[in-house]
Amino acid sequence: MTRQMTGAEMVVQALIDQGVEHLFGYPGGAVLPIYDEIFQQDKLEHILVRHEQAAGHAAEGYARSTGKVGVALVTSGPGATNMVTPLTDALMDSIPMVCITGQVATHLIGSDAFQEADTVGITRPCTKHNWLVKDVNDLARILHEAFYVARSGRPGPVVVDIPKDVQFATGTYEGPARVAHKTYHPQTKGDDRAIRAAVEMIAKAKRPIFYTGGGVINSGPEATRLLREFVRETGFPITSTLMGLGAYPASDRQWLGMLGMHGTFEANNAMHDCDVMIAVGARFDDRITGRLDAFSPGSKKIHIDIDPSSINKNVRVDIGIIGDVGSVLGEMLTAWRAGKHAPEQAALKTWWGEIERWRGRRSLGYRQSGQTIMPQYAIEQLYKKTLGRDVYITTEVGQHQMWAAQYFGFEEPNRWMTSGGLGTMGYGLPAALGVQVAHRDALVVDIAGDASILMNMQELSTAIQHELPVKAFILNNQYMGMVRQWQQLLHGNRLSHSYTDALPDFVKLAEAYGAVGIRAEKVSDLDGAIDEMISVKRPVLFDCRVANLANCFPMIPSGKAHNEMLLSEDATDEAIATAIDEEGKALV
Amino acid sequence: MQPGSVYAIKEGKDAVEQHTLSILVDNEPGVLARVIGLFSGRGYNIESLTVSETEHQKHRSRITIVTTGSAQVIDQIKAQLGRLVPVHRVIDLTVDGKAIERELMLIKVRGSGDHRSEALRLAEAFRARVIDATTESFVFELTGKTDKLDQFIVLMQPLGLVEVSRTGIAAIARGPEAT
Repeated sequence: MTRQMTGAEMVVQALIDQGVEHLFGYPGGAVLPIYDEIFQQDKLEHILVRHEQAAGHAAEGYARSTGKVGVALVTSGPGATNMVTPLTDALMDSIPMVCITGQVATHLIGSDAFQEADTVGITRPCTKHNWLVKDVNDLARILHEAFYVARSGRPGPVVVDIPKDVQFATGTYEGPARVAHKTYHPQTKGDDRAIRAAVEMIAKAKRPIFYTGGGVINSGPEATRLLREFVRETGFPITSTLMGLGAYPASDRQWLGMLGMHGTFEANNAMHDCDVMIAVGARFDDRITGRLDAFSPGSKKIHIDIDPSSINKNVRVDIGIIGDVGSVLGEMLTAWRAGKHAPEQAALKTWWGEIERWRGRRSLGYRQSGQTIMPQYAIEQLYKKTLGRDVYITTEVGQHQMWAAQYFGFEEPNRWMTSGGLGTMGYGLPAALGVQVAHRDALVVDIAGDASILMNMQELSTAIQHELPVKAFILNNQYMGMVRQWQQLLHGNRLSHSYTDALPDFVKLAEAYGAVGIRAEKVSDLDGAIDEMISVKRPVLFDCRVANLANCFPMIPSGKAHNEMLLSEDATDEAIATAIDEEGKALV
Repeated sequence: MQPGSVYAIKEGKDAVEQHTLSILVDNEPGVLARVIGLFSGRGYNIESLTVSETEHQKHRSRITIVTTGSAQVIDQIKAQLGRLVPVHRVIDLTVDGKAIERELMLIKVRGSGDHRSEALRLAEAFRARVIDATTESFVFELTGKTDKLDQFIVLMQPLGLVEVSRTGIAAIARGPEAT
C-alpha cells in the first residue's frame, strides 16, 4: 500500500501499521505537526508524562512487561537530551524501544537554532541505531526499519530524528511489508555441531548449574517454557541474574535464588564449584562474576547468546552458541531427548547434597524483632499479601532493589521491571506507569527507596491524569542506603551526603498530587496498611518507615570471588570496614 | 582483558597482535562516526584508518582499519563491528591469509644545492614521483608499504622535510576471489 501523505501523518500511520497502541511523550515546538495528527485520530493512545526521561522509562516498562516495542515521542533539544538516560538504560538491558524525536528544520541544522541539539550525534553511543530523516520519502521506510532493528536480534533502543519541515512535507508512504533490511540480519538459529557438543557436555556433568539471564525473558514465553522443561528433565540447579528473574519459578526446589554481588550463598557457591555451567541469555556482567580470575575456576562453560559480542567478552567459554535462546534451547532439548541422555544421578545427588548444605546457611536470614519494620520483612509481607494476584513489580535502584530481588518471589516472566545494567535511580515510578498502561487491571507496585522515588516524583501527576493506579511502596530509611553501605565498606563510615535531611512528608505529598498517602511506622501497622494500598483503586504513595541502618546482605565485596561472601551474621562493624582490600576499592 | 570491566585481570598477560580489518559498510551518513565511536568508546586502538566509497551504485564503502590488541580483544572488536547495523561484513585480512597492504604519501621537501639533489636521487631510488616542484622545493608522491614510507621520511628529515600527508593503509586479499 503506497499513498501520499505528510511526514507527520506518516509517523502516526507507521505506528498504527506496526501495531502500536500506546505511546509516551511530551510535546514541544519541533514535534507539533505530529501532535496535531495524534489529536485527529483515536487509534493511538498518547500518555502525557511530566518529564521526557519518564516517557523513556515508561516505554521501557511497557516493553518489558509485554514483549512489545515501547514507543516514546519527544521534541528536539532538551526533549532529546532528556531521553539519553532511558536510551542508555534500554541499551544496557536490551529493551526494544523506538524513540521519535523532533528536530529543527533541515535548513537550520548546524546553525545553533533554538532547541537544536545534535540528537543523532548525542544518541549514537546509547542506541542500537539511529537515523536523521532528511527526505520525507525515506521516512516510512526508516520508521519500519526502526521497529525491525529495535525488536530483532538482541533488542535495543533506536532513535528516529525528524526535522520539522520533513513532518510538514508530503511524500509517499509505504507499509511495513515492503521493507527488507539491507544489512541487519542477526543469526537466530544455533550451530548444530555446537549444540550437539553442548548436550554431550551436559550429559557428562557431575556438578552442573544453569545460569540464566534477561535474554530468556527477551526471547519470549516459548524460551521460558523450554528452559523450565530442560531444567526439570535434567534435575539441575538453576540460578539467574537480576534481569532474568521470573523465567524460572522462585517457588521451585531447583531454584537457588539470584546470584552475584547480592545473590544467595548457595547460588554463588554452586557457581564457584560447578563443573559445567550453562549460561543462557546472560552476559557475565561484573555484578555477576565478581573477581574474574577467580570466577568458577574449575568449570567448562557453555554460553548461549544472540549477541556474538557477548561470547568471550568477559569470560572465556568452552562452547559458544550464537542464536536465539528459544530456538537453541528447543534444539538442545530435542538433541537431549533424541540421544536418550540422562543426568549422572549419583553425582547429581552428591552435588545437591552440597547445595543443600549451602542453602542451610540461610543467607537471606534477618532478625525481625520489636516494632521497627525491617526492610526485608516489609518486602516479604508485600509478597505474601499480593500472592495469587495479577502483580507486576518495578523498582528504583539501591538497597530496596536488591531486597526486592531477594525476598519477592517471581513465578512468571515479564513481571519484574528493574534497571539492571545502568542502575538508574528514578526508573521505577515511570516504568510502573508504562506497565499499568499495558495491564490496566493488574496490581503494579514500584518498590522504591526514599531517595530514588524523588528523582521522578513528578510522574505521580501523570498517574493521576491518566488514571493509572500504580503503587509506590517506599522503603523509607532516610538514607541513600546503598551509597551509605559502600561508605561503610570503603570510606571509614564517613557518610558524606548520603543522608537526606529534608525529606518531604510522603503522605501529604501524595495528597497534594491528588493521590493517596499511606504510612506504616510499626510492624503492627504494616499488614493492614498493605491491604489498604492494594484495595485503593488510585495511585498510592506508601511511606514504609523501615530500620534506618539495615544493610543489604549477603554480599560479595568488590574484588572478591563467589566463595568469599560476606553474610549478614558475620557482618560486624569491623568485618564491614575491612571487607574490601586496597585493590577492590578502585572498583565500582 | 577488556577495558571497561571493573574486574579486569591485570593487563600484559596476552601478546599484542596487529590486525588489518576490512569493513564493508552501507555508505550512509554517520557510518564512519559509528565505527570510530565504537573504537574510542570501548578503548580500542586505531593505528591506521582509510575510508572511501568503493561501489557507487550500491552505496557501499570499505573502511580499512589497522588495530592492535590481544587475540581476545581483536575478536571482541570484530564482534562489536559486526553488530553495527550498517555493517555488511567484517573481514580480518590478517587471519584470512596474506593480504596486500599499500599506503600513499605526499611529502614536501625544501632545500638547495647538495640537499636538493640528494633528495631527488633518493626519491628515484624509492620510486617516488615528483608531482610539484619549485626552485627550492619538491612534493614527492610515494606508494608502498608503511615501513617503506616511514624509511623515506627518515631519509628526508636532514634534507629539508617540510610536511607529510599520508592516506593510511588500503588493503585487499590476494587471489581471484572477493573477500
